[in-house]
Amino acid sequence: MRILLITILASLLLAAQTPGNAKNGRKLFENYGCYQCHGREAQGGLGTGPRLGPKPIAFTAVQRYVRQPTGQMPPYTAKVVSDQDLADIYAFLQSAKQPPAVKDIPLLNN
Amino acid sequence: MSSSKKASVGRRNFLKGTAGGAAALLAASHRAPAQSVEPVRSASAAVATQEHDPSPVVETLTADRPGADFMLDVLKAIGFDYVFANPGSSFRGLHESVVNYGGNKSPEFITCCHEESSVAMAHGYSKIEGKPVCVFAHGTVGLQHASMAVYNAYVDRAPVFMVIGNTVDAATRRPGVEWAHSVQDAGVLVRDFTKWDDMPVSLQHFAESAVRAYKIAMTPPTMPVLLVADGDLQETPVRPGEHLHIPKITLASPPQGDSGAVAETARLLVAAENPVIIADRCARTPAGLKLLVDLAETLQAPVINQYGRMNFPSAHRLNQTERARTLISNADVILGLEVWDFWGTVNNFRDQLQRTSRPITKAGAKFISISATDLNTKSNYQDFQRLPDLDLSMAADAEATLPALIEACKRLLTVDRKNAFEDRAKKLAEAQHEARGRMLTEASYAWDASPISTARLAMEVWAQVKEKDWSLVSNNAWPQRLWTFDKHYQYIGGAGGAGVGYGAPAALGAAIANKKYGRLSVSIQNDGDLMYAPGVLWTSAHHGIPLLSVMHNNRAYHQEVMHLQRMANRHQRGINTAEIGTTIKNPNIDYAAMARSMGVHGEGPITDPNDLGPALKRALDVVSNGEPALVDVVTQPR
Repeated sequence: MRILLITILASLLLAAQTPGNAKNGRKLFENYGCYQCHGREAQGGLGTGPRLGPKPIAFTAVQRYVRQPTGQMPPYTAKVVSDQDLADIYAFLQSAKQPPAVKDIPLLNN
Repeated sequence: MSSSKKASVGRRNFLKGTAGGAAALLAASHRAPAQSVEPVRSASAAVATQEHDPSPVVETLTADRPGADFMLDVLKAIGFDYVFANPGSSFRGLHESVVNYGGNKSPEFITCCHEESSVAMAHGYSKIEGKPVCVFAHGTVGLQHASMAVYNAYVDRAPVFMVIGNTVDAATRRPGVEWAHSVQDAGVLVRDFTKWDDMPVSLQHFAESAVRAYKIAMTPPTMPVLLVADGDLQETPVRPGEHLHIPKITLASPPQGDSGAVAETARLLVAAENPVIIADRCARTPAGLKLLVDLAETLQAPVINQYGRMNFPSAHRLNQTERARTLISNADVILGLEVWDFWGTVNNFRDQLQRTSRPITKAGAKFISISATDLNTKSNYQDFQRLPDLDLSMAADAEATLPALIEACKRLLTVDRKNAFEDRAKKLAEAQHEARGRMLTEASYAWDASPISTARLAMEVWAQVKEKDWSLVSNNAWPQRLWTFDKHYQYIGGAGGAGVGYGAPAALGAAIANKKYGRLSVSIQNDGDLMYAPGVLWTSAHHGIPLLSVMHNNRAYHQEVMHLQRMANRHQRGINTAEIGTTIKNPNIDYAAMARSMGVHGEGPITDPNDLGPALKRALDVVSNGEPALVDVVTQPR
């Protein structure tokens, strides 16, 4: 059991360390339909999916949820989205721009 | 009520009187050359003419008072402001009476391009005005077109009054098309999703059934009704001296909850530590909004708006819609007011391969429902939702029950409970303030993105309309969160049956209702929905209806994109093909050009968020002059 846990942890850490390509990640985010629920900028969609970026949650958590979602999200198994694809998508999420502060957006202060 | 002596020979009686000569006439017709222009009558034709039109009696060809005039008297007495219709021969008598006998005023004929639009417009109108307009349609092809919109109105518990043309008497139908446009039982097509229908066989019968239909439609639960206007009845003159009576129109008082159940509900609510009020189609009239505020403030209880109607002011400190899940999870008493899906409100359902559900509420939480829907449930269409485990259920109109419930709650208030309520109110106000901050932060993400974010779109529109007397005549999530709603006409809820093609015509119908009050009607219009019924653009231009339509153009039937994606993921294949058959691209539709082609001011497509404000301002200038305008905005999916 202990060996199994160490193996899983090691693989997760390895995956977490896989360098991602943000440019390809954006493309995959569109092609694989992530944008449908989470918005094209990963900003989230009302009633469909939460904001994913910028500052996404840890890669391992993303990976775990994507493979075996516990909520409404449809599963993205390794058969259709490789770990490298996920790493690229994660890099895109990390690269998402931080928006201006609410106080600096006049239309949000009306 | 005047009519000439000529009018005493009705179309039906006239034809009956000449039936003896019909066979000879038919035989003669068949023997005659089809294209003959022979000025001298043939012998057989002469015989036929003699039998059909015996000298010296002159055939009566005109009528001073057709039955349709009386039918219109009935519709006027009921008080319809408009008739929404696409023209149809089966109600040509009524149509002519409206425009000539009635002077095309009260009701005014509004030309629609599709019967589904006529009914959806009536649906939208009723939610602003609180009463139906009249819809005319063919009893066959027109009603078939209209049926989906009738279903939407039925599920949404909205009153629509339909009059459909039909010719029952086979002996009087014109050969050819009129047979295809006739039906034994017209109402059966929509009987599963209308509240009542009838097929009057006399003018007096029409009068009584029309008044009865209106009363039934307007008694909660309000729903569509249908009346057949027989073609012969429309066109046959009123008999001289015929005494016709339009019954007095007295609407039924809406049903209130049983006094014992009301008292028990009050006891539970006042004693509760964490009560939650959930309102869906609660505010049936302007009074409903005020009553719900009164109940919430009496209890200092949070209100969750499910947006079936304009139930509760959005900025009120007790509006806790953003915190729905948390509050429902912690509630000890939940009061549902005309909640369409109570079960779905208190359970979590997962749409995975194995569909699962679990309660999200605390054990022992009490569920109370007040709903008029319980008074009229039908079998075939399954819009009644899963059965919740209710502790108290009142088959009654929620709005009509609120005054008694408020009084019952007030009678139970003690100093201790009032103090507890005040503590609760402070916490709720703080929580609402924090939730508002989170909403604004969420709205800021992708603020400068292209395609334009739906939050940005909502706030660009808000900036232009907020100082005016506005009415949002569409169903959109970001305005619900960010705009300040406090008047009953500022929001009209959704389609009901989720049948696509409701949005554009319902917005126009609501705008027609708003016009006489000088309100600015604004619709954030889905692209796929508009393509079901683009003819409403022409109707809006033709009749000069001020309506600002701002396209939420995500170039897709987006709900279906997500459904297809779910299937592909579940089957672990083709996860990049979800746009096949679900998107509206290649070519992209130029909605602004489409609007302009029908006489509506059109701008766009707008992809840069910085261009949006000025375009909206220009469009609003047009709308302020009493005309419709459309701004096409290419948006994020949701």
